[in-house]
Amino acid sequence: MTVATLEPTERSRRADQDAADAVAAADAGPLLKAAGISHFYGARAGCENVSLELRSGEVLGIVGESGSGKTTLLNCLAARLRPASGQLAYRLTTGRTVDVYGLSEAERRRLTRTDWGFVHQNPRDGLRMAVSAGANVGERLMAVGARHYGDIRDQVTDWLTRVEMDLERMDDLPSTFSGGMQQRVQIARNLVSQPRLVFMDEPTGGLDVSVQARLLDLLRGLTNDLGLAAVIVTHDLAVARLLSHRLMVMRQGRVVEHGLTDQVLDDPQDAYSQLLVSSVLQT
Amino acid sequence: MEDAPRLDVRGLAKSFVLHTQGGVTLDVFRDLDLQVFAGECVALQGPSGSGKSSLIRLLYGNYVSAAGEILVRHNGQMVDVAAADPHVVLDVRRRTMGYVSQFLRVIPRVPALQVVAEPLRARGVPQATAEAEAGEMLAQFNIPKALWSLAPATFSGGEQQRVNLARGFIIDYPVLLLDEPTASLDAANRDVVVAMIRQAIRRGAAIIGIFHDSTVRDAVASRIVDVTSLGAAA
Repeated sequence: MTVATLEPTERSRRADQDAADAVAAADAGPLLKAAGISHFYGARAGCENVSLELRSGEVLGIVGESGSGKTTLLNCLAARLRPASGQLAYRLTTGRTVDVYGLSEAERRRLTRTDWGFVHQNPRDGLRMAVSAGANVGERLMAVGARHYGDIRDQVTDWLTRVEMDLERMDDLPSTFSGGMQQRVQIARNLVSQPRLVFMDEPTGGLDVSVQARLLDLLRGLTNDLGLAAVIVTHDLAVARLLSHRLMVMRQGRVVEHGLTDQVLDDPQDAYSQLLVSSVLQT
Repeated sequence: MEDAPRLDVRGLAKSFVLHTQGGVTLDVFRDLDLQVFAGECVALQGPSGSGKSSLIRLLYGNYVSAAGEILVRHNGQMVDVAAADPHVVLDVRRRTMGYVSQFLRVIPRVPALQVVAEPLRARGVPQATAEAEAGEMLAQFNIPKALWSLAPATFSGGEQQRVNLARGFIIDYPVLLLDEPTASLDAANRDVVVAMIRQAIRRGAAIIGIFHDSTVRDAVASRIVDVTSLGAAA
């Protein structure tokens, strides 16, 4: 039997490239760094003393049952909520690191609209229902300074195609779309401006299984190909396994376990993580 | 041959604490030492439950050790998989250490060709090149071309295992972990796997595997190691 292989030159060239990539990746450092984030609702902790780092291209999953504080933490990380205490540092494209909570309202708005995206569980919270699907996506480009109508139209078309939207529906209002279609428009709206970091709150929650599979496939492709960093909150462990590199398990506002996604799911150490993993129904 | 091992396991211990079952502790092994060098294939042996698969999963960073070091030569340095940051372990998996399990973890809607191309894509190889190489691998493992564009969820057990193998062999990993790679294969496909493993050994890979099929084991193993003799079963 003959076994075909690549030319040695091709293999060695690739090895050199790999080594260069490895060095570049090691140099980059964290994109987002949170330290000691705590937020309270009255006396009850929403999230308590959470610290984490996220590198570019890395997808972090946050799991836990309802009320575990995962959405509160997500909102703090996305600067939609100012926590009672804690620091949040973000590395800009220029290489400069900014203290996100220390920015002025205008600076923070600019950062969250240009460098970041936020995908809500309910697309109605992330879309403008009174303007067309195309305008929802195009608006985001105009917010970051695009003015040429033809360019905007081209990019909108490109993104609606990437999220597998029927282009004939581009001028329709999102209110006439199904939940799965609305969610895809919301994703296109968030990614068209080429953010470096995207926050997602249960992005596939409330969707049919077939639509969910399609959306997961889309999200996986986008995070892989665009080198996006993402923080994804979900209560669905299968979604977390598919999308995230690292996983945090939260309970009562605290992080009870944090590690490689497959390690946390296949060999959970904490009592609550074990309960969570063992409670999943097998199909 | 290189003097230093590719993989150097020192004093490794594994136990499972079952919090949901009254906190029972299951000790799998402790004080396990193992060195694997370039160009050798170590076959793990031992009765069912002796921790062969657990050891493989520990080496890959999939399981958490109770004690000990798992040193893997990665980018010219020894990295301790048992203690390294998750992003370092992911980089070790991307560039240094491959793992073929018994079962393919099926991803909905993703065609076989892309499943196999994925490890190359993760290393930044352009899609067209990665998919061309994935096609070559699938052909070598006798997966009919008609199936390449289909998601493997509907494939037979043997076909899924071959897709999994194609994915594991598409990169010339310096260290390769194999957990029963031929469990559901017929004789002809088993021979293909044997040829691929031998080729990997010739190019200098360090391989650690579990092979229940003695024909396969005899054909590829340069050393047979009994897990129960490696570490004291606690």
